[in-house]
Amino acid sequence: MATATSVPTAAVEPGTAPARRRRSWRRLPIVHQLRQSVGLQRGMLVAGLVLMGVFLLTALFAPLLAPYEYGQLRDADGLFGAQQPPSGDHLLGTTVGGYDVLSRVIWGSRTALYVIVVALLLSIVAGVLLGLVSGYFGGWLDRVLVVIADAIYAFPALLLAIIVAIVISGGQSSLWGGILAAAISIVVVFIPQYFRVVRAETVRIKAEAFVESARVIGASNRRIMLRHVLRNATRTLPLILTLNASEAILTLAGLGFLGFGIEATEAAEWGYDLQQSLSDVTSGIWWTSLFPGLAIVLVVLGLTLVGESLNDLADPRLRTRRRVADQEPAEEGEVAAVPGGALTRGPAGVGGLGVTVAGERPGTPASAGATGAEPAEGQGAGPDVTGRDGGGTSS
Amino acid sequence: MTTTTTERTGSTADPAGDPDPAPRRRRKGSGGLGSYLLVRFLLIFPTIFILVTTVFFLMRATGDPITAALGGRLPADQLAERVREAGYDRPLMTQYLEYLGNLVQGDFGTTLSDRRPVLEVLTTFGIATLELTVYALIVAFIVGIPLGMVAAYFRDRFPDAVLRVFAILCYATPVFFAGLLLKLVFASGLGWLPVAGRASTGTEIELQFLDNPTGFYLIDAIQTGDWEIISDVLAHAVLPAIALGLLTAGIFLRLVRTNVIGTLGTGYVEAARSRGVAESRLLRKHAYRPALIPIITVIGLQIAILLVGAVLTETTFEWKGLGFQLAEYLQARDFVAVQGIVVLLAVIVAVTNFLVDIIAALIDPRVRY
Repeated sequence: MATATSVPTAAVEPGTAPARRRRSWRRLPIVHQLRQSVGLQRGMLVAGLVLMGVFLLTALFAPLLAPYEYGQLRDADGLFGAQQPPSGDHLLGTTVGGYDVLSRVIWGSRTALYVIVVALLLSIVAGVLLGLVSGYFGGWLDRVLVVIADAIYAFPALLLAIIVAIVISGGQSSLWGGILAAAISIVVVFIPQYFRVVRAETVRIKAEAFVESARVIGASNRRIMLRHVLRNATRTLPLILTLNASEAILTLAGLGFLGFGIEATEAAEWGYDLQQSLSDVTSGIWWTSLFPGLAIVLVVLGLTLVGESLNDLADPRLRTRRRVADQEPAEEGEVAAVPGGALTRGPAGVGGLGVTVAGERPGTPASAGATGAEPAEGQGAGPDVTGRDGGGTSS
Repeated sequence: MTTTTTERTGSTADPAGDPDPAPRRRRKGSGGLGSYLLVRFLLIFPTIFILVTTVFFLMRATGDPITAALGGRLPADQLAERVREAGYDRPLMTQYLEYLGNLVQGDFGTTLSDRRPVLEVLTTFGIATLELTVYALIVAFIVGIPLGMVAAYFRDRFPDAVLRVFAILCYATPVFFAGLLLKLVFASGLGWLPVAGRASTGTEIELQFLDNPTGFYLIDAIQTGDWEIISDVLAHAVLPAIALGLLTAGIFLRLVRTNVIGTLGTGYVEAARSRGVAESRLLRKHAYRPALIPIITVIGLQIAILLVGAVLTETTFEWKGLGFQLAEYLQARDFVAVQGIVVLLAVIVAVTNFLVDIIAALIDPRVRY
């Protein structure tokens, strides 16, 4: 859904100015997919978005929501006490260190958000730039970078993160030291992923006619890269972004669990709290581990749901199509499915023809989607289905 | 569209949209299987070399291991003495070359905290990790593949929705949290299974007296032929195996589902369907087998995930394997040992990726580019 892809659509269907503006917000990444999705897929996407929203709000308003500070051990009535079961004062109980579990869970979302933001920003900038330059210029630099990226890509993420954490913080961490250590270790692991995706896209786009013509006009390499290639090469990034955000959380928690967490007095971190609760579990104390763990699961779940939905919606073979009046495919429809089935295997996949073709569902009559889905949306969606996915069908 | 061909060599087109499965290489000449294997084999070495180099220089970027381990605990002059003894005051490049030379001869160094050869640590505890990983893979196969087929069969209907959410939950849950939950419910809650460890103390002593213990507890237990010992070992393995196995099971489930849906739409399945082959038979006989090929390629990447998962699972369950030791050495700030374990795990990952690529090439000629 890069801006460049909207050009053909606009050319085919000029439309009035307000109509076009209304369509353009619909083509925004998440909004577009939300409109495109149906049924179960929409449910998953919405659930994911809601979880992400709750996470963001909790992180932003942590000081208002949390009953106590993350490092608070006592209030006016004295010490909280260690391993207190959930009660009116401490809704989720207290930890072995005597902290309020609820407060630490809420404050922990803030730490997680910091890490995600820092890690993703750094890795996108570095990965995209490297991929762009490497794919565009090729040559020995490209080869060296590819080998290095492949080597690091094969390296288990958490192990690399441990090493980087040792280097950055020497093992013990303040708030920002810990966040930076976690973030940078994640960045090192993620750069190859962005690098590979952007590089592959760049190599592909470089051969396109519009790049050629830009070069003929005399555009500089920098202009071609930034204006013509970059905008088209970043199409798949929102997807990787959500998946990586969830991986970032898991890596941070893993680091914390192995003892590279941020000290309890500096910030709240879910993985660290889980490590602290290890001994509680043996004696049957459940509240210290359950809630920080659930927090991790819910955030990762939200991010993964969004990421998976985006992925499925971008893949014509996985996208659920809108059906006429939502009827179940008739049994005899199986015969009618043959032309639709054949279409999926075309080089560009169904995407080349727009989503209005009911291609991938064997049971759906080929005409169902064409009459059921909004035609305008089908055209908007056409370009974002990549030739890459189509290629995947046959390889 | 001309893009398809460039794309296939440029990156692996992955139907599930996962980050690419096993790292594949670009075309190097268009030979047959033999040259593909050769090129692929030779590419292991730069990979391992880059990993070892990266780890070495990263670990040394902040100083030498002795200062890291003992800094602040010893007076400065004693510390300097120890550093000189160990040869850490020499130029970094000299140390690096010596380190590489030692590695080639199989010498990973000596741990600082308990003065054992790192190689010995690796072999002793590596087997425990191997055992756990094998169990976890078995769980992943048993759970992931059938459920993936079921999900594909019921595509977009209720069972599919449940299974997909289950799959996502599997990999959204950190292994250590899954482990803690399992422990809470089945060990300390219901008391059905042991809380931690690879076997109870009695069994461990019993296993030590075997003539040639392998360290793979299940094999050793079978050697004793004592049913009580076997069941004790198995009971200890259940929770860790499930905790670690579910992580991969979720990925398998999703992959099988996607691929079975893909193959169900292909021409030969349509042809079989038009001949009147039953839908369930189509799934079992026609769509299922080709859908397994991507699993083999993904296992390579799964090994990396499983090993990291094993590190965390072992810490959760006090399973005395490499991961457990890694965590211990991290706490002790023994970075020589950490470096050794990390390098070994990285090498394992590189080699498995190679093996998986080869298996994939043998099964599916198209992989050979």
